[in-house]
Amino acid sequence: MNELTALTLAQARDGLRRKEFSATELAEAHLTAIERARVLNAYVLETPDQARAMAKVADARLASGDARPLEGLALGIKDMFATRGVRTTACSRILHDFVPTYESGVTANLWRDGAVLLGKLNNDEFAMGSSSESSCFEPVISPWRRVGSNKPLVPGGSSGGSSAAVAARLCLGAAGTDTGGSIRQPAALTATVGIKPTYGRCSRWGIIAYASSLDQAGPLARTVRDAAILLQSMAGHDPRDATSVDRLVPRYEAAVGKSVNGMKIGIPSEYRVEGMAPEIERLWEQGGKWLGAAGARMVEVSLPHTHYALPAYYIVAPAEASSNLARYDGVRYGLREPGDDLVDMYQRTRAQGFGGEVRRRIMIGTYVLSAGYYEAYYLRAQKVRTLIRRDFERLFEAGIDAILTPTTPSAAFGVGEKSSGDPVEMYLNDVFTVTVNLAGLPGISVPGGLSGDGLPLGLQLIGRPFDEETLFSLAEVIEQAAGSFSPERWW
Amino acid sequence: MSVNPDTVRRIALLARIAVADEEIEPLQAKLNAILAFVEQLSTVNVEDVEPMTSVIPMQMKQREDKVTDGDITEDIVKNAPAKDDDFFVVPKVVE
Repeated sequence: MNELTALTLAQARDGLRRKEFSATELAEAHLTAIERARVLNAYVLETPDQARAMAKVADARLASGDARPLEGLALGIKDMFATRGVRTTACSRILHDFVPTYESGVTANLWRDGAVLLGKLNNDEFAMGSSSESSCFEPVISPWRRVGSNKPLVPGGSSGGSSAAVAARLCLGAAGTDTGGSIRQPAALTATVGIKPTYGRCSRWGIIAYASSLDQAGPLARTVRDAAILLQSMAGHDPRDATSVDRLVPRYEAAVGKSVNGMKIGIPSEYRVEGMAPEIERLWEQGGKWLGAAGARMVEVSLPHTHYALPAYYIVAPAEASSNLARYDGVRYGLREPGDDLVDMYQRTRAQGFGGEVRRRIMIGTYVLSAGYYEAYYLRAQKVRTLIRRDFERLFEAGIDAILTPTTPSAAFGVGEKSSGDPVEMYLNDVFTVTVNLAGLPGISVPGGLSGDGLPLGLQLIGRPFDEETLFSLAEVIEQAAGSFSPERWW
Repeated sequence: MSVNPDTVRRIALLARIAVADEEIEPLQAKLNAILAFVEQLSTVNVEDVEPMTSVIPMQMKQREDKVTDGDITEDIVKNAPAKDDDFFVVPKVVE
């Protein structure tokens, strides 16, 4: 049983087709692993009955030679995706008992392709966070530990349940969401692969909205190939999402292993931030050398408005969140706190239902959109977004194929370590990832190495719009050179 | 730009989130920390720059003006905390 969960998604796919084992055995192996790993708190809802039923259907199709692309492959789904008949909460008290009567576009694609649902994965409440500590279901504990220490560490956020589950082999892959780095940063902190595709590549319909101009769905997996296989199924036009693009989904798996000879890789000087840990800089240089050895050429480039990305994000995202979260009022679904009148009910419901970080971001958003401040803040931030996108466009026009950066400024930190009093301290984790959401570009994080403490460090590649293929090709080169890393099982 | 307690109360009202008196000061401090951080944007030259309205340039898709959905009342009220037939039940609205 243990061996089955050690397979990559691609290996499991091939093994199922060669009838080396069944989808039911694969599901059972994962369900057992999940039971044993409850201390990690990666899953907020386990769906064993559904997993078994879906695995049974998969086995029938595999037997009749009618297998779909993801037939029988056991996945976890971040609790931001509406799954029909399966509780979906955004890890918030305000949706604690919400059971959707509809399926999100992205998960519908996964089930259409034969995947099996193991359960819903933990995340920061409403996807607002970089550590998965703000979940109403308590924090996720990373399967990774510092060498010689048993201090609990964060798996990153907001898709921390997803990254922890993938790293600890509690699923073959996961569907996450990324608004400011929420797929890539957790991937980097757990030595897994995570990609946020181009804005519009995946449907946002049925994803609990945080910031509509920044949110995107994407896969987390243990290898680049696995991520490519998952994105293939997740991506595609959805007429119910007006921002979803009607564009053919390329064969992403074919890009894995493709030559990167002659590609020009930009190394942006502005990402060399003050106080950057030397080992992060060394890894970044090493990444450049690995790509160079494969025939790519490193070019020093400039993205002049990089420094303004984080403040711009912390205006735009809260503003959009304040609008998107206005619907949680206790009337039609979710938590309702009794009140003397309607307004009182709204105020108590939202005060009780939302956690501290969510309340703060709604209030910042409300403030920056209010009369007299809209121009100074939101409008200005939207102009800065245009400047940030232009910085990237200029590079792509000059022939740069992709940009290489570290994914995060540091390795994983301890649970509770960054809950001082300063909310901004946590935000700094996103410094390398938010630019990508602001510009709408695709970005992938791939494991690059381990820190001095034995903790994962990731490298990020940023690509042209809809050129996820180049990212998969480049990421695989790094993966081959860097190797893979797995946490030692302590649970 | 920073906020004072009255502004915090005003924002809380706009956001329809109850904030107890003892919560005002710590909340004010946290909001001001964030506002101080985003203040950096005021130094950027944004003259003649258009705000980003479409993340990926695209033509919005249109569809025929036909009813293709509906009659799912049961689904719509399914998760309601309080309902009566096809109605959501709420406390009295006071003028």
